Amino acid sequence: MTIRIGIDVGSTTTKAVAVDDSGRVLARSIEPGDPRIAQQAQRMLEALLERVGGGGEASIVATGYGRKLVAMAGKKRTEISCHALGAFHVMNRPGVLIDVGGQDTKVIRLNSDGSVADFVMNDKCAAGTGRFLEVILARLGVSWDELADRYASADPPVQISSTCTVFAESEVISMLANGQPVDSVVKGLHIALSDRIVSMAGRLLMGVETVLLSGGVASNSAMVAALSSKVGKPVAVVPEPQFVGALGAALLG
Amino acid sequence: MLRRLQYEGAARVVAPALATGLRAQRRLRSWRRPKKEPSEWFGPPLRATYRLKEVLTRHYLSGRYADGAVPVAWVTSGFPIELLRPFGYHVVYPENHAAMCGVQRKGVKLAQVAEVWGLSQDTCGYARCDIGSFLSGNTPAGRLPKPDILLACTNICQTVVHWYRTLAAILKVPVFVVDTPFLSGDPDERTETYVAEQLEECMQLCARIAGKKVDRKALGRVAQRSKEASELWGECLALSQAEPAPWTGFEQFLHLGPIVAMRGLPECNAYYRELRDELRERVKHGIGAIRHERFRLLWDNLPIWYELRSLSTLLAEVGFTIVTTTYSYGWAETAPLFDPRDPIVSAARVYARVFINRSLDFRLEMMKKLVNTYSCDGAILHSNHSCKPYSVGQIDLADRLAKEASIRTLLLDGDHIDMRVHSKEQAEGRLAAFMESFGGL
Repeated sequence: MTIRIGIDVGSTTTKAVAVDDSGRVLARSIEPGDPRIAQQAQRMLEALLERVGGGGEASIVATGYGRKLVAMAGKKRTEISCHALGAFHVMNRPGVLIDVGGQDTKVIRLNSDGSVADFVMNDKCAAGTGRFLEVILARLGVSWDELADRYASADPPVQISSTCTVFAESEVISMLANGQPVDSVVKGLHIALSDRIVSMAGRLLMGVETVLLSGGVASNSAMVAALSSKVGKPVAVVPEPQFVGALGAALLG
Repeated sequence: MLRRLQYEGAARVVAPALATGLRAQRRLRSWRRPKKEPSEWFGPPLRATYRLKEVLTRHYLSGRYADGAVPVAWVTSGFPIELLRPFGYHVVYPENHAAMCGVQRKGVKLAQVAEVWGLSQDTCGYARCDIGSFLSGNTPAGRLPKPDILLACTNICQTVVHWYRTLAAILKVPVFVVDTPFLSGDPDERTETYVAEQLEECMQLCARIAGKKVDRKALGRVAQRSKEASELWGECLALSQAEPAPWTGFEQFLHLGPIVAMRGLPECNAYYRELRDELRERVKHGIGAIRHERFRLLWDNLPIWYELRSLSTLLAEVGFTIVTTTYSYGWAETAPLFDPRDPIVSAARVYARVFINRSLDFRLEMMKKLVNTYSCDGAILHSNHSCKPYSVGQIDLADRLAKEASIRTLLLDGDHIDMRVHSKEQAEGRLAAFMESFGGL
């Protein structure tokens, strides 16, 4: 059996996935990103290899911002190619994949054979990304697990107009100071984030039936609900959404 | 008189001597040092690049002593410079100068001077760099001569109106703005007459400032030289239809210098003849700009001056090469319209039809033509924060070009001079993903 490992060194977390010849997932691991990227990648890869019993023999492909620092990787590929492959492997249908990562959001249109037809990424700032949500939730003192309930119970949402994460944080503070309920702010935040993602994804979403969601933010059901409402059709979450890039990288091995 | 001697001396004696010295130094170095391994990704460098340095050194060196010796004009890149040549003007192109600052990564520092002075960061980077350079007295050219007149033409953008008026206020010199109405459809006679009347008036003004009489025969000769120069430039570009392409679009950006700044002068034509012959020779021997050409691309918009090297390498490493650019083609496109028998009206025709002054439909057709002529597999559209008229509409252009020419297209965010607006990591990631999408890696 040949073991193939994909490692996705992202801006916020590092993920690794091992698969067998048929593409079946054997093991996964995830850690918050360490600034000593090379050492962390090596340690995670060695631990994963030991778990799956590859005896040190495996084909390794790296993706993500830190891919160039993964010395053990035989190949390095961008997140776009890896996410496309990973999502198509799991969902097996063409459509548009929205991946909301820590500092970038990717929108990829997949052909019927899983290849990349077109893609867009966020521009010069991280306004429409997971980091946006993290920064403001920290300010609100709300945890990730509470989001779904708070989103569902809020009515009506507040409108957050700042595009910049830092300014949106100040806007939220002044809303709280003016007595707006936290739940309404939470809902407003999700709507603002969805607005940004959909305005970026707009031209790729036209005439597409299937919309998929991956990345760390996909584990937040409030985000799935907000995005579905904005897109106008149900958004399907790719199973194990944080590992889609690493899985795609593994499949390239 | 002394100033004139310095000016002529710099152009005719010091600059050639400097060039000879630099050539000798280069030979000595290559003789002393062990021969460099040929690049893994790139073909041999163009010999003409050394010559280009000499030509531009001479231009900028003599410029240091131009004011007080000959009349001096600062002009926009799309200005009909032919009008000035018979009067012996020394011409400075602030845009070329700003590009030079960009290549040397000095653009941001100079732009910041202009921002502190009061210009918005959203103003064109060339304008900020140029005004910052003047305010601080800091320029890689050593010194720019003070102008007797500022000449702007709106065929490239409306920013030039405000930019040149600002310069006129600071420098306390006259400014003449030639208005070329935007062509949403085909050009008509009224537009040409309107522009031609302005050119006639501008020429009379330039003659008065220079203290000379209008010489229409000399103007005809200049128009003939410009026509030839544009044709020669077109021939140089067309040689990239060969596979492998003998030079890249990024090299074309660097070699644009003379066609922009020295149009109408004999040395401009001599330079492009030399370049064309070298490129022909490369095509004849199958020498490519990159070693393993696999995919050929079109580039739209100005270059990202400070990233030319890193982008070239990223592309070449995986067999991609830029074979044509809309920007460099713009200087060849209108060559047939120059008419030495009617230099003023034909200049109006040529300069009002600059592609950036025309509709998106026109630009799309031009890009489709380039894609077909140069056998392009894809296109990169640089969405240039500084240059609004070039960048607005690129999302539609990218979509329509992809559909109608059946190629892959990429929008790449950047700025031609302001490194602060360019997210290098994101842009390079996007480019790498674009190249991976062609398959075969």
